[in-house]
Amino acid sequence: MMKRNKEMTKAVSLVPDSAFVPCKPGETEAEPPLPRALSFLEDSWRKLRRNKAAVVTMILLLVIAALAFLAPVIAPFDPNEQHLSWKNLPPKWPHVSIDGLNGTTLFRGRRVDSYALAKVPEGQYFLFGTDEFGRDLLSRCLWGTRISLMIALVAALLDLSIGIAYGLFSGMKGGRWDHVLQRILEILSGIPSLVLVVLMLLIFEPGISSIILAMTISSWIPMARVVRAETLKIKQMEYVQAARALGATDAKIALSHVLPNISGIVIVRAMFSIPSAIFFETFLSFLGVGMKIPNASIGTLLNGGYKVFRLYPYQMFIPAVILCVIMLSFNLFADGLRDVFDPKMKEG
Amino acid sequence: MKRWSLYIGRRLLHMVLTIGIIASVTFFLMNALPGTPYNNQDRLTAAQLDMLNRKYGFDQPLLQRYVSYLKNILHGDFGISLQFSDQPVSMLLSQRIGPSMQLGLQAVVFGTAMGVLLGVLAAMHQNRFLDVFCSLFAITGRSVPNFVVAVLLQYIFAVALNWLPIGLWNDGFRSTVLPTLALSISPMAESCRFIRTEMVEVLSSDYIELARAKGMSEIRIAFSHGLRNALIPLITVLGPMTVSLMTGSLVVENIFAIPGIGEQFTKSILSNDYYTIMAVTILFSALLVTVIFLTDILYQIIDPRIRAEGAK
Repeated sequence: MMKRNKEMTKAVSLVPDSAFVPCKPGETEAEPPLPRALSFLEDSWRKLRRNKAAVVTMILLLVIAALAFLAPVIAPFDPNEQHLSWKNLPPKWPHVSIDGLNGTTLFRGRRVDSYALAKVPEGQYFLFGTDEFGRDLLSRCLWGTRISLMIALVAALLDLSIGIAYGLFSGMKGGRWDHVLQRILEILSGIPSLVLVVLMLLIFEPGISSIILAMTISSWIPMARVVRAETLKIKQMEYVQAARALGATDAKIALSHVLPNISGIVIVRAMFSIPSAIFFETFLSFLGVGMKIPNASIGTLLNGGYKVFRLYPYQMFIPAVILCVIMLSFNLFADGLRDVFDPKMKEG
Repeated sequence: MKRWSLYIGRRLLHMVLTIGIIASVTFFLMNALPGTPYNNQDRLTAAQLDMLNRKYGFDQPLLQRYVSYLKNILHGDFGISLQFSDQPVSMLLSQRIGPSMQLGLQAVVFGTAMGVLLGVLAAMHQNRFLDVFCSLFAITGRSVPNFVVAVLLQYIFAVALNWLPIGLWNDGFRSTVLPTLALSISPMAESCRFIRTEMVEVLSSDYIELARAKGMSEIRIAFSHGLRNALIPLITVLGPMTVSLMTGSLVVENIFAIPGIGEQFTKSILSNDYYTIMAVTILFSALLVTVIFLTDILYQIIDPRIRAEGAK
């Protein structure tokens, strides 16, 4: 390495000093001022704005997230507060008289005002109805979305950190380290993640943190693969070689040269991992090994609604619609982000 | 050729290793499970527990049980179910594998066929109504979990319209329709999206231009010239598809009360039926690893460019 550096210095000094002539003032034309360079974020935002679906879903997601995180403030009821005499009330909206939203149910072919039957005071509305324990479904949906989103965000963040660390290390080290680490990944990816997650959940105490942990155990693997592949690619770049020639350590190169250059792809992957985390949470709770009742999450709401869906379909449909809207928005938004950050990447 | 067989040998070794590791991990995880597999554990006295433990061999040292468990697996003996009146797990599962296989196959065949058809149509009408419709369908299919689809189908066609049976496995083909549809949504969406991207690329290549110049009809071009080349990479997504089918079957079988492996698995989870959980885990993993192996090999046989890379 030292020898090569010396040779390079020699090569530079081969140009004689006399070849450099100072220029006189006014001799060169002034260059036109460059337009201000756009920062990474500004540029991405400009591109993202062009994608209508991405913008709409982004706004939608922001609204949903705001509603969910404000749940303690805006929820009309305590999500676990039971009113046994008001159980299974259909949705009722103020000033709306469409069947299904006016608090009536079909009973032996006739519309019956369930609210009057349950002696609910006038002016009391349950926008999403109530469940089998008389709990307000709107409040439960708000709290449930909050918990599901929280689980998904934390799980995605964990995937991201573990995947990046593993992938960067494997890619930067190369050689034998890389070989061993990749074989480990290969074996781990042969384990069906769902089965693994279920097994982990059986062992841990059920709860938010164990769901997150169980999901992370299997879902960081694709992220690690992508990061490693990109690291290997970027390692070959000339600017990385230049940095190395200047004596930068592996850690320094990984953090300040490789990481910024793969951030786009990493962001896109992370966005895709959020909906899959939401899916896992609802799936596990629906199976009955996820969130434990009475805690509300989208999965437990679906589970509860499914048990009575032949009699009270709204209890199943409302959480199902919320879930679909969230999943669809995340996927569409992630698609938009992919077009911005990684236009070369093929779909799939 | 020698490299090629070396590669296959290495992959086979990996497969065996993976399954072995999974079997070991599940064994030790099962032993770390809280609680006992006995339904009425609260009412059992210490002496009775002792007797039961001795009967099922739970009193022996962990390592000894581990060795004998692995040995038994090699002979196809997965132990006895602790829940279903001491039946051998292998017998229990072999009775249930039929419905699961049938559903899985139907879903894969129907899903990919429909997906490929939609994908080709979308690519032929790029950026027009049909294309937008297909991509909307694909993204919806990817976003909506299949158990939600299953429940919706069940509500619409079984409860509200009363066209098809609501569940169970006693009405021949009619009872397979709804679960197959629910399971096929994700392979359909996946292959539709995939084929569309591939087809758009293929349709802009020179030999398609030539076919067009020769006056061939668009449909003939798309299906007999384009699709042939676009289909090959579809093999690569078969692996993930199988995984999603397996995940789906866990809960879809539950929803439709189908006596399959998935339903057995959820049942055994909720009742700590150690040996059944282990057997299903190993079965699922073996299936997954085999599918990934087969798709890799198949892909390389079909596409020589990849084979050269893989053998390196």
